[in-house]
Amino acid sequence: MQTITAQFPLSLLLQSAPSRLVSLSGVDIAIVVLYFFAVIGIGFYLKRYTKTGEEFFLAGREMTAWVAGLSFLAANLGSLELMGWAASAYQYGILATHWYWIGAIPAMLFLGIVMIPFYYISKTHSVPGYLKLRYGEPARAFSAISFGFMTVLMSGINMYSMALVLKVVLGWDINFSIWVSSITVAVYVGLGGLLSAIFNEVLQFVLIWLGALLISIIGLIEAGGWSGMVARIHHNFPAQDFTHLWRTMGSFSDNPMGIHWVGIVFGLGWVISFGYWTTDFLVVQRVIAAKNLRAAKLAPIIGSAFKMAVPFIVILPGLLGLALLPPGFLTGETQAIATGAHSYNEVLPIMLARYCGPGLLGLGITALIAGFMSGMAGNVSAFATVWTYDIYRALFRKQAPDAHYVSMGRWCTILGVLVSIGTAYFVMQFRSIMDYVQQLFSFFIAPLFGTVILGMLWKRATPQGGFWGLLTGTFSSIGMWLWVYLNPAALRYIALSSQAKPMAENMFRALWAWIICVVVTVVVSMATRPKPASELVGLVYGCTELPSEGHLALYQRPIFWAGVIAFVFVVLQVIFW
Amino acid sequence: MHRVGMISIWFFIGVLLLIYGVLILGAGIYDLSNPAAHPVVLASLHAGIWWGVLLIAMGVVYSLRFMPRRKK
Repeated sequence: MQTITAQFPLSLLLQSAPSRLVSLSGVDIAIVVLYFFAVIGIGFYLKRYTKTGEEFFLAGREMTAWVAGLSFLAANLGSLELMGWAASAYQYGILATHWYWIGAIPAMLFLGIVMIPFYYISKTHSVPGYLKLRYGEPARAFSAISFGFMTVLMSGINMYSMALVLKVVLGWDINFSIWVSSITVAVYVGLGGLLSAIFNEVLQFVLIWLGALLISIIGLIEAGGWSGMVARIHHNFPAQDFTHLWRTMGSFSDNPMGIHWVGIVFGLGWVISFGYWTTDFLVVQRVIAAKNLRAAKLAPIIGSAFKMAVPFIVILPGLLGLALLPPGFLTGETQAIATGAHSYNEVLPIMLARYCGPGLLGLGITALIAGFMSGMAGNVSAFATVWTYDIYRALFRKQAPDAHYVSMGRWCTILGVLVSIGTAYFVMQFRSIMDYVQQLFSFFIAPLFGTVILGMLWKRATPQGGFWGLLTGTFSSIGMWLWVYLNPAALRYIALSSQAKPMAENMFRALWAWIICVVVTVVVSMATRPKPASELVGLVYGCTELPSEGHLALYQRPIFWAGVIAFVFVVLQVIFW
Repeated sequence: MHRVGMISIWFFIGVLLLIYGVLILGAGIYDLSNPAAHPVVLASLHAGIWWGVLLIAMGVVYSLRFMPRRKK
């Protein structure tokens, strides 16, 4: 997931790259160019179908469960997901899978079964829009501004990281890559809005799978299957356990990630995961664009099934790298810079080049580009909606014709891309900006989850409680980060261990921020006057009559499929324990 | 999507996969007759050929299944 996607030191990646990894043939270039024509062509085609605000910002609320579900997942597959987590798998082994399983599946199922009815029935345009209905304008304004800020920053990071990957893998000029990719995204999202973003995300999802799947298949053949791969890893690294999910989590020092199961279960599996998957508008927007409540509930469940399978194309190549590449072939960034060797972050393109000849290489590179573009488009379309509805309309121009807001959305898409380009160039100046971005992201997501979940499930939560809880949670998270930054010894208080690594610190800080947000919300709510129940209809559990699914056959009910996914999830934990 | 007259996204995907399949299969067959000087690992599997065939099959199925039809 984007919030915590690997420690991916972008500028270090550039410095460590000795030269381009692969050369494209004519057929490879044709495949990449064709992809660009396809996504722009879809944008031009869909422009005629996005004339109203509902069509431009919410795709007309006409998406089927499958389209919404695949788009929901594809928007998350962007950013540094493919490259970053393959690198993490090479570095930390199968532990990286936690970010796909316990760090995603329970939250996605919870979104589909418990939270989506309130987002959908309230007919909100956005998550900040829900906060306006539930808590009032101050909570909406605060979350909209912080979301807009984060989204543009993340979009710029996406753009820069894609340009760097193309520079490292293909030797393409960074400026060329940034401008071509960002103009492409601006054109197709600006023309067709969310509808175009969703259509292209489904296309990108298919290409990502077909482009990356072959690495795992041929890699497993070379390694002699799963057992052969595990045996090779144990042979290459006899002192470390890279192939068990939970067995080494009893102590911070027993696993390569330096994390404890408490941090994984409560920090990642509860606060960060639930915060990201249930309140980040980037992904929630795809689900509330579904054509009816049942489709909206099914979309995250379908997404979760595919999310559970993503490690096959992201984590497995990293593990195959551990098994098949000579030990020490890939190193940390600092060492890679010093020696001119390859770094962990290059494991996916290296495995791609290892197995894929002309044509297949072009498809694999297209998969990487598609992944980055889907994430960038997701950020831009979400930014356009929040800016237009939750900032511009709420604070600057409350009454205007619908066409005016659509026009604002189109311009805002272009503006968002331009600001993202500026952010991309800004990012180049800072070696550790990714760390700061992930910290910024966790500052806002963890408390927001506390505010939204209390708002949906506890009718006693008041507008004052919601606002002050969100504000206090956010600033306490920033305060905790500052405390450790200024006094590293404070790490033992925040992360419960002085041995905790940065990723563990993020987990625990998010957990504390969520707890503070919830406590403040509860205390302030008990001291202030609640909204009458009549104003909470459609917004809060207990005040809202949820449509019955009793007339549907068992296999048509979302809860049935959520149960199936949950069962498979548990089985996977046991198998890879 | 059920908007009247709108082409399904699956049709676009089918057409793109069909074209990609033809290109990759063509490259795989060319590679068969003109092996690269520095072949990839497990080049003997000829992954380009069977992956190209798979893409063509998927492309044909999706293109035909979701092809826009004229109203009678």
